[in-house]
Amino acid sequence: MASDKKDEPKSRRDFLNLTAGAMGAVGIGSAVVPLIDSMNPAADTLAMSTTEVDISNIAVGETKVVKWQGKPVFIKHRTAEEIAEAKDINLDDLRDPQTDTERVQKEQWLVVIGICTHLGCIPQGNKSGQPKGDFEGWFCPCHGSHYDTSGRLRAGPAPKNLPVPPYSFLSDTLIRIG
Amino acid sequence: MTASKKPKSDFKNPVVKWVDERLPIFTMMEKEYGAYPTPKNFNYLWNFGAIAMVMLMLMIATGIFLAMNYTPHIDMAFNSVERMTRDVNYGWLLRYLHMNGASFFFIAVYIHIYRGLYYGSYKKPRELLWIFGVLIFLLMMATAFMGYALPWSQMSGWGVNVITNLFSAIPFVGDSIVTWLWGGPAVGNPTLNRFYALHYLLPFVIFAVIFLHVWALHISGSGNPTGIEPKTEKDTVPFHPYYTIKDTFGLGVFMFIFMAVVFYAPLALTHSDHFKQFDSMVTPEHIVPEWYFLPFYAILKSFTSDITIPLTGYMFDNALVFTAKLQGVIAMFGSILILFVLPWLDTSPVRSARYRPLYRISVYLLLLSMIVLGYAGSQPAEGLMLTLSRLGTGYYFMHFIVIVPFLSKHEKTLPVPKSINDSVIQAKGSK
Ligand code: HEM
Ligand code: FES
Repeated sequence: MASDKKDEPKSRRDFLNLTAGAMGAVGIGSAVVPLIDSMNPAADTLAMSTTEVDISNIAVGETKVVKWQGKPVFIKHRTAEEIAEAKDINLDDLRDPQTDTERVQKEQWLVVIGICTHLGCIPQGNKSGQPKGDFEGWFCPCHGSHYDTSGRLRAGPAPKNLPVPPYSFLSDTLIRIG
Repeated sequence: MTASKKPKSDFKNPVVKWVDERLPIFTMMEKEYGAYPTPKNFNYLWNFGAIAMVMLMLMIATGIFLAMNYTPHIDMAFNSVERMTRDVNYGWLLRYLHMNGASFFFIAVYIHIYRGLYYGSYKKPRELLWIFGVLIFLLMMATAFMGYALPWSQMSGWGVNVITNLFSAIPFVGDSIVTWLWGGPAVGNPTLNRFYALHYLLPFVIFAVIFLHVWALHISGSGNPTGIEPKTEKDTVPFHPYYTIKDTFGLGVFMFIFMAVVFYAPLALTHSDHFKQFDSMVTPEHIVPEWYFLPFYAILKSFTSDITIPLTGYMFDNALVFTAKLQGVIAMFGSILILFVLPWLDTSPVRSARYRPLYRISVYLLLLSMIVLGYAGSQPAEGLMLTLSRLGTGYYFMHFIVIVPFLSKHEKTLPVPKSINDSVIQAKGSK
């Protein structure tokens, strides 16, 4: 059909070919959607999504690591200095500016997902002897990101602060994550 | 096609003849692998395409039998692989062949690609052949990455974590892409399952692309170290027996080295953290990929500072930040994607580096930069190693983006021989 384009005006056949082609493309497109979407998290995977944690045995200055949705969550019982340090900061110095108050519900408890926002390693600093980084929070050994006592990114290649998962205090000693 | 004009086949064996008259597969094999006129001046670098092909078949063969004893579940995968090396008859051999086979497959393909770069094999009329080659390379990398995940070791799991996390650098949709890749909120069982399915599938896709690659090769004909096309019959020899025997010899030497590693140092190329089960709560001290990914890993790690674009007040609330992570990801993928357009970056009419003194230096430096990057990639990105990664990355891109297009226009090339035959005779005469 390409050869005699010049002499023949646009024909009925061209129109039919084009519309059939377009419909075919739409058909294939919609057939692919379920295939692609089947790779997204399944309903049961999404359902296993809350964890309850007893925080009564976390001493001041200590951090407990719990597993939530396959991810480590850091629950840090902060000291007075750590809280002061987290508050005493110029927001302009932060790459991902957030005040400490935006990141905690009760100021002695910091709850963050312990996954470096660079490429997903688990930052160190929970056990004594581990490096806490230049800002007294966490240090990611993989490519050297430093986080402060509010879990905010202060130096290194990571782009964001350690994320705060959704959680709530069920009582003074029990929290539910998720 | 020719069968309709020439229904009678010349084969003596009646069975072969009977088949060939109905499906001229023997005629085709004879034409493409028997008589196929091949430049007579190949050096040993021309062995590596055939060697790569044999390695692929070895990977497929060992892989299928490994699959019969493998369990793709996060709680059982590690032990099923350990059981393979301890209890399954010859399981250790299958595993070590497959594990080291991947390394040797990459060795063969890296030499094969570098041969192409050095002798300008990617130039007209072999652009499409080259593009299929780069596609094979990408598919191989994907296959090897997913295969490495299957034993579900510390390195498997953390490697998957780091590499899939790269996609989170993509603005706006990054996080949803990562969740989609994982099939859950973190690297887990759905991730392992899909990796297994794809690791089984992709080698067969590679096989199909190699078919196209070799088909295109047989349309343009093989290149050769002089980079000039065969002109008369004097320039070529039939593929069989000349190159079947040369390829077999080269393959023998290659296999000798490969087997020495398989039998005497089967773990030499692998990290010890690959023999501990994955623990999603403990990151190993250094996460390093297999050696064949190290140069690209170094490129990724060589970007460490954000670039801030101050658009505040115009379009966005905050300044637009081009993160170090995104820069690294773009550079890493870019370093391979740039090979696709190489035929259009290098427009020099002379193919072979033999007659291009400046290009030759640059392409040797490219090799050096890859080696430096490979070493730097295996070390933590700080101090001297970071500097070396940056220098290597800088040179790598400069070679392709600046030097090659510049030399295409301005290099004074040496005179090329009149024909392949001439160059062979000259070389013999000068001794
Ligand atoms: C699984 C991987 C591969 C296999 C099995 C394979 C196979 C082959 C074979 C059998 C040949 C003919 C013999 C030879 O020239 O050595 C060939 C030629 C060629 N291959 Fe590949 N190849 C692979 C990957 C690649 C890659 C990754 C590239 C480039 C990025 C590439 C580029 C070329 C080119 C340009 C030629 C023609 C070279 C010439 O004759 O001058 N190949 N390949
Ligand atoms: S993963 Fe933490 S710095 Fe790269």
